[in-house]
Amino acid sequence: MMSDKKKEELRVRSIRNGSVIDHITAGNALNVLKILDITGVTTAIVSVAMNVPSERLSSGRKDIVKIEDRELIPEEVDKIALIAPQATINIIRDYEVAKKSLVELPRIISRIVRCPNLNCISNSNEPVYSKFRVMDSVALRCSYCEGIIDKDIAAYLI
Amino acid sequence: MLKKKHIVSMRDFTRKDVDFILNCAEKMLPYATIGTPALQSKILALLFFEPSTRTQLSFDSAMKRLGGSTLSLSSEGSSILKGETLTDTIKVVEGYTDAIVLRHPREGAARMASEISSVPVINGGDGAGHHPTQTLLDLYTIRKESHLNNLDIALLGDLKYGRTVHSLTYALNMFKANITLVAPEGLQMPKHIIDTLDSVTVTDKLDNVIRDVDVLYVTRIQKERFPDPNEYLRVAKSYRISLPILQGVRDNLIIMHPLPRVDEIATEVDQTKHAKYFQQAFYGIPVRMALLTIVMDGAL
Repeated sequence: MMSDKKKEELRVRSIRNGSVIDHITAGNALNVLKILDITGVTTAIVSVAMNVPSERLSSGRKDIVKIEDRELIPEEVDKIALIAPQATINIIRDYEVAKKSLVELPRIISRIVRCPNLNCISNSNEPVYSKFRVMDSVALRCSYCEGIIDKDIAAYLI
Repeated sequence: MLKKKHIVSMRDFTRKDVDFILNCAEKMLPYATIGTPALQSKILALLFFEPSTRTQLSFDSAMKRLGGSTLSLSSEGSSILKGETLTDTIKVVEGYTDAIVLRHPREGAARMASEISSVPVINGGDGAGHHPTQTLLDLYTIRKESHLNNLDIALLGDLKYGRTVHSLTYALNMFKANITLVAPEGLQMPKHIIDTLDSVTVTDKLDNVIRDVDVLYVTRIQKERFPDPNEYLRVAKSYRISLPILQGVRDNLIIMHPLPRVDEIATEVDQTKHAKYFQQAFYGIPVRMALLTIVMDGAL
């Protein structure tokens, strides 16, 4: 008999080198791909699993994304934290987990999310980048107009 | 001592900072009519990219009362019309002056200016965003003409779009005021602001609250906010402050208004002891004198 754990691991194949983003809030796998700029024309080998049973996430479901031959950089990890705060990132080298980390929400994020307020100075022709203060419970406050994004952050990703 | 170089948003201030500024304004009050040379030879830029009467005139007056001088610029006929960015304008003007007052149609403009300017920036109103000097003069008026502790205050009118009331509400909450928000349907304070208040009542009926407050803060309801002109007339009439409405109010009630008023307060109310809106406009001078002196390190 194969254990449930083993079955789950087999849902998507192991990768030799690359990144595995696990424990993504169910429903956000495609947003993670968007953050990582992976579109339909990508040449990378990417595996996506959606709504996989999860004991850790309170919804009981999670998404998983595996990208071969690409190690995520900190800026990308920060972006993922915004939409999947419980995600874990595994960097794989030669089939082994070389580095495992939880995503961490930075206090300030810049150039990641655009302000929904079209009249905000950060949406003008001024040479200024969007900047947000990360508040409790993953809400963002624009450092310029002080407007708040508290839902559907993925829609405002740059 | 206030450790702020710029005056951008009330969110940057603690209760202690606000008390310090109001105390400085109190010290400035005697000089608001006779002047004092605290900022002699200093120059203040008044960059108003949106029309303003009171704010611009009172900053101009405050700076001159302090012995300094002002440079004015409006977008009409300036390099802004030639496409210059605000960033470039600020970088040029900082070389000409010791501080900048900025009013701009875009929210967050003053914050951006404060990040690039080497001289202090004071927000004179940014779009629908913030107007901290108005809030500070409102607080000063309340402290001077009423009291800030255990205050019962009603804010009346367009609470959705009115920028002065958003900053004021935030500041009043610092003083643990009991706040009643009176607005017609569709013009009530945004929920994300209401949710941050400790003691708040939300209603659309003025009659229920006017007898139970120390301060009535009236704002203008703009016609453009109503698709149906008859609905506007009905609402405007029901919120109009006139002598009959003031029957039975607290003896020490004060009525405030950021001005300009149109017809939301009947002129006959001006003669009552409750009317403090012109006094409120005057208090803009000592409060702005205090702020200018603080940011330019003048002697208080």
